[in-house]
Amino acid sequence: MRRATADHWLARYLFIGILFAFVLFFLIFPVCVVVFEAFRGGFAMYLSYLTAPHSLSAIRLTLLVALAVVPLNTVFGVCAAWAVTHFKFRGKALLISLIEIPLWVSPVIGGLIFALIFGRQGFLGPWLDAHGIQIMFAYPAIVLGTAFVTFPFVARGLIPLMQSQGNAEEEAALTLGANGWQLFWRVSFPKIKWGILYGMILCNARAMGEFGAVSVLAGSVDDRITMPLQIEQYYLNFNLPQAFALASLLLLLSAVTLAIKIGLEWLRLAPNIARPH
Amino acid sequence: MPGFHLTLGFTIFYLSAIVLIPLGALVLKTVTPTADYPSVFTVVGHVVRVATDVRALDSYRLSFGLSFTAALFNAFFGFIAAWALTRYRFHGRRVLDALVDLPFAMPTSVAGLALTQVFSNNGGYLGQLLHEWFGWQIAYTPWGILIALIFIGFPFVVRTLQPVLDDLAVEVEEAAACLGANRWQTFRRVIFPALSPALLTGVMLAFGRGVGEYGSIVFISSMIPYATEITPQLIIIKLEEFDYVGAAGLGLAMLIMSFAIVATVNLVQHYAAKRKGTT
Amino acid sequence: MSVAVSHISKRFETHGQRAIPALRNVSLEVKTGELLALLGPSGSGKTTLLRIIAGLEIADAGRVTFGKEDVTEKSAYERKAGFVFQAYALFQHMTVFENIAFGLRVLPRKKRPDTKAVTKRVTELLKLIQLEGYEKRLPSQLSGGQRQRVALARSLAIEPRVLLLDEPFGALDARVRKDLRKWLRHFHDQTHLTSLFVTHDQDEAFELADRVVIFNEGRIQQIGAPAELREKPANDFVRSFLEV
Repeated sequence: MRRATADHWLARYLFIGILFAFVLFFLIFPVCVVVFEAFRGGFAMYLSYLTAPHSLSAIRLTLLVALAVVPLNTVFGVCAAWAVTHFKFRGKALLISLIEIPLWVSPVIGGLIFALIFGRQGFLGPWLDAHGIQIMFAYPAIVLGTAFVTFPFVARGLIPLMQSQGNAEEEAALTLGANGWQLFWRVSFPKIKWGILYGMILCNARAMGEFGAVSVLAGSVDDRITMPLQIEQYYLNFNLPQAFALASLLLLLSAVTLAIKIGLEWLRLAPNIARPH
Repeated sequence: MPGFHLTLGFTIFYLSAIVLIPLGALVLKTVTPTADYPSVFTVVGHVVRVATDVRALDSYRLSFGLSFTAALFNAFFGFIAAWALTRYRFHGRRVLDALVDLPFAMPTSVAGLALTQVFSNNGGYLGQLLHEWFGWQIAYTPWGILIALIFIGFPFVVRTLQPVLDDLAVEVEEAAACLGANRWQTFRRVIFPALSPALLTGVMLAFGRGVGEYGSIVFISSMIPYATEITPQLIIIKLEEFDYVGAAGLGLAMLIMSFAIVATVNLVQHYAAKRKGTT
Repeated sequence: MSVAVSHISKRFETHGQRAIPALRNVSLEVKTGELLALLGPSGSGKTTLLRIIAGLEIADAGRVTFGKEDVTEKSAYERKAGFVFQAYALFQHMTVFENIAFGLRVLPRKKRPDTKAVTKRVTELLKLIQLEGYEKRLPSQLSGGQRQRVALARSLAIEPRVLLLDEPFGALDARVRKDLRKWLRHFHDQTHLTSLFVTHDQDEAFELADRVVIFNEGRIQQIGAPAELREKPANDFVRSFLEV
């Protein structure tokens, strides 16, 4: 006799089978392909691909962009979470919705909006040209576009976390005479540090992998593009081995990010914010 | 509690600098006269012309049509995946559960490159076989784009369904069984209605994601105008042609459609919460 | 319809360690039309027995009979035992009407009544539970006591042979509990449906039931009418349990 709430055995096998097939076919297989193709010529060739001048400059630029974007967005995330969870003010719901915008909007739009300000026909374009300031097709624009696309991650991780932790400890610290900074560093930060890390690694992964916004803002000048764009360049020039080598690096980044993310979730230090609200 | 002005101030400043002002620029661009379009009417006229041009319409159809189809695929596979992951115990369940986030963590360019390599006609792992056996062409056709969109949208449906499935009290299913419902009836009348808001939300999220997707499509699409050109591509082409106003117009069109999707999702969730009495 | 269980045993597994027996060789006969209480401390096995009778759990050994029919091999949806859950388990997305009508709507085609018959039955039941006019309300719009009555009406719609209630008033506050107790007794007197209910509240068991079964550690300690249990406790456990 079957339990009242058990599914038919056929449904069970079918469902699990389809799940395995889908994951294998759609997810695991492409990943294996990248790794295989990258190392096809052997380890020495692989290293030489990675140290090619264009690859190196792309890696360098990607790291530099992340170095600017991640701290900026982290500071923003902490500020926004602090404001939202500790205070009542009008427009709070609107603020929270605004923070979600980049998740709904195409990254190309994320690049477009800055091009419309800083590009040649942009609002500030002529002025910038006249003063010789290079923003579009250069580092500042890339940072701005990438920041737009990735800024929700830290905030979205922290807000639910801080809401569930509550204000009690901070209020206690206040009554004991702590000032703002002491409050934050001694009381709040220890509670939220894993949530911050969690948001930061997701922000970082997204920032390093960002393609759409950077496509618009960086153009295709060889020395001034990030890794994802460089992969595209190699690909368009039929230079597949180099494309795969660079792609494998980004894949490694994803793997590490995923591992840390899962580790934090299993240790119950952070909720899964890939799950939408 | 200290820090109100500091944190709120910085938050508003940052949001303005990164989001509000640039988005404002987008809207402004569509109504600001320029050298080529000296009056507000001509500017708006150009915007409307570009946004409703056949090429643009074809791109909308492709972007939205394919994203919607991909979202439906993901509704089907995502449902099966969420069900199996929350309700069955089997070897490798935890690993599979972790892998669901893979498309979310992987850069779109890497995904695009990998999928193209798998599905291209010459030298593609599967693409070559499929081409020789069935004459199918996947890469560089809308099919390739569809596969890429299914890939990136998959986590959204699964992750939206899982918490709702977890929360379904087993007593409700037991009650249905005691009342004489067999398993299929229980599913159709009790379980599925409870899940449908979440399913709808997941589909809309996957849909919204697909519409905006660019990185993976660039690799697997041949980008032929009117055939395999998606709207983000068209925007970039307009920028390259220095038609900033036209690009802004297309961007605005996409933005409006994105907001429509968000509004729909919020409505669905609000309605579902009201029904359950948890507002 | 009388209900009997004979030599029921059930063990619950805890991973890796020795299995904990939930029920040990329990036998019980419920007379037709009787209202029987299963009383005991938590973990004593009373809910497990109730669920086995309903068909929601499978015993490791023993048999369950409804009247002359051995239902041990039948699953929950074949047994037609009305079950009322502690947390009501109402279908949140359905109205009161649809909740109560559910059992009728999922009957096999041949036996399924038409819309008019369904409406008639549901209306009768709503009158019985004193919630006329509440057809279109959603469970979220009802109070705890009202939800419990809807859950009861829902189980009754399928004309069950026996009614099983799992701590039916456990989730309600004291005053509502008292009111519903009186109401349930009155209800039972009207319908004469064989009923078993599980409770850990001694007063409740004694006030409501014709006979009370006292459980401890998976075994029946004593069965009898409330007065009999008080005057002649069978062992030390019963004596100290009832003293409180």
